[in-house]
Amino acid sequence: MFLQQLKLTDFKNCPSTELDFSEKINCFIGNNGAGKTNLLDAIYYLSFCKSYFNNIDQQNIRHGCDFFSVHGHYRRNGDTDLVSCIQKRNHKKSFRFNKKEYDRLAEHIGKIPLVMISPYDRDLINEGSEVRRRFIDGMISQSDPIYLDELLKYNKALLQRNTLLRQFAESGRFDSSLIELWDEQLHKAGTILHEKRHSFLKTFIPIFGDYYNIVSGSSEEVDIVYESGLFDHPLINALKSGIDKDRQLRYTTSGIHKDDLQLMINGFPLKKFGSQGQQKSFVIAIKLAQFEYTRNIMGFKPILLFDDIFDKLDDQRVGQLINLVSQDSFGQVFITDTQKQRIGRLFDATTIDHRIFEVQSGMVKLTIE
Amino acid sequence: MTEYSSILLENAVNELSRLPGIGKKTALRLSLHLLREDKSRTEALSRSLSLLREKIVFCKKCHNISDSDVCAICSNTRRDENLLCVVEDIRDVMAIERTSSFNGLYHVLGGVINPVEGISPSDLKITSLIDRMKIEDIKEVILALPATIEGDTTSYYIYRLIKSENLKITTIAKGVAIGDALEFADEVTLGRSIMNRTPFDNG
Ligand SMILES: [Zn+2]
Repeated sequence: MFLQQLKLTDFKNCPSTELDFSEKINCFIGNNGAGKTNLLDAIYYLSFCKSYFNNIDQQNIRHGCDFFSVHGHYRRNGDTDLVSCIQKRNHKKSFRFNKKEYDRLAEHIGKIPLVMISPYDRDLINEGSEVRRRFIDGMISQSDPIYLDELLKYNKALLQRNTLLRQFAESGRFDSSLIELWDEQLHKAGTILHEKRHSFLKTFIPIFGDYYNIVSGSSEEVDIVYESGLFDHPLINALKSGIDKDRQLRYTTSGIHKDDLQLMINGFPLKKFGSQGQQKSFVIAIKLAQFEYTRNIMGFKPILLFDDIFDKLDDQRVGQLINLVSQDSFGQVFITDTQKQRIGRLFDATTIDHRIFEVQSGMVKLTIE
Repeated sequence: MTEYSSILLENAVNELSRLPGIGKKTALRLSLHLLREDKSRTEALSRSLSLLREKIVFCKKCHNISDSDVCAICSNTRRDENLLCVVEDIRDVMAIERTSSFNGLYHVLGGVINPVEGISPSDLKITSLIDRMKIEDIKEVILALPATIEGDTTSYYIYRLIKSENLKITTIAKGVAIGDALEFADEVTLGRSIMNRTPFDNG
């Protein structure tokens, strides 16, 4: 499956444009602020019904205009599907598949799988454990509806238990039998989620390791270590023995909502001991592994977006990445970069099907075919 | 000056629009409809509503809505008094009665345990359930609570309180719409799941 044509009207800084794409590699070249990333965001919209960057849909309407629209023609096995997103000012977002409006946006998610690699992926290293949990939760939920179901149950039970702890602390009374009710629920759902996270990572880590070596061009030893209290004690025991602490702090201190992923390089934490380049390769490899994992469960290749990833990478690594995604195991790829000459040089040396577009203050023109 | 030409109309619209699912527009439409109709229709409506509020009682045994101290189901001698079905609210009684698959008695809890909503076991009719277990000759309790984490937790709470050797405790098939999804409940499925109930084992 690939995006054959993209039509934009008044989306972000882009007044109106119609682009025909290569089935393989497409590059948007331009200075910072020219609007390259907006084009990727439009493509992202058509897969996830929302912006990668700005959750307020209305703010993606070009300044002074009444609406934006994004239309994409996708080719799959000889058929064309039309996906449209229209946002009028002060109206509900309209999202259509072959001109038919969706009742629920959730029905669309997964129809056009896509993986975005962007500088924001560094959050996986720098931000709190919540970001890393959200990352694996998102990936497992994609292929396992039971996981999502148990996760929702777990979060609800956690909210109830925390509310009860707070109510007890405020009223000064305490009833352990009421807390235990929620312990049971947390234990049941938490144990299932823990096992599923564990087995997902067992599949995912080797894929990730292979990509790290390709991306970094080195054979450094990388690992993702799953940290969870549930490896040491059944959750029900941890909840029981931690109750005094929980009462004092007024929230639940043990459970899978405390799980984390420790990103390691050569046996040391990446955040502290990894160089800029190593960190960059690490997150790119995680996202490429996500691409492969998604491809394996969906049965076809997701669209891959590289947003300003080549910045700060040397030409050799950029070349390696381009070679990698040119292979048949990858499908359609969109790349943004600021350096026109470098991209030109890299593609002059290949026979891979590609198109290069120049972007200047929201205007796009095709330069090389 | 209000947007209505009459303060009487405005009052009626305000009262009607306090009802769930009724906005100002619908309230206005309903008020104007009543005004177009014969005056006796409105009198009959307001009389039935006043009487509903004044005379209605809750059954002192099962807490179902009733015209007398003990409701029509509890006082019906042809019903199986060994069988007790525990439900969240009155709408569940109506849904199960519609299936005609159940001939036992009910116990209406009036909610499920939900700390976030401020509902604790003492806000529910659980003490009276325990009392019934002692007084009445109940051989099987069916826990027909919503398939949510709160419904599940409430079932488990009750199970721990009432379990004993001579009592059978069962539940209806998981995933059968009861509670909020009740209006969409399919009678055949609900009926079947009441007949084919399974032992409650907190699994
Ligand atoms: Zn009754």
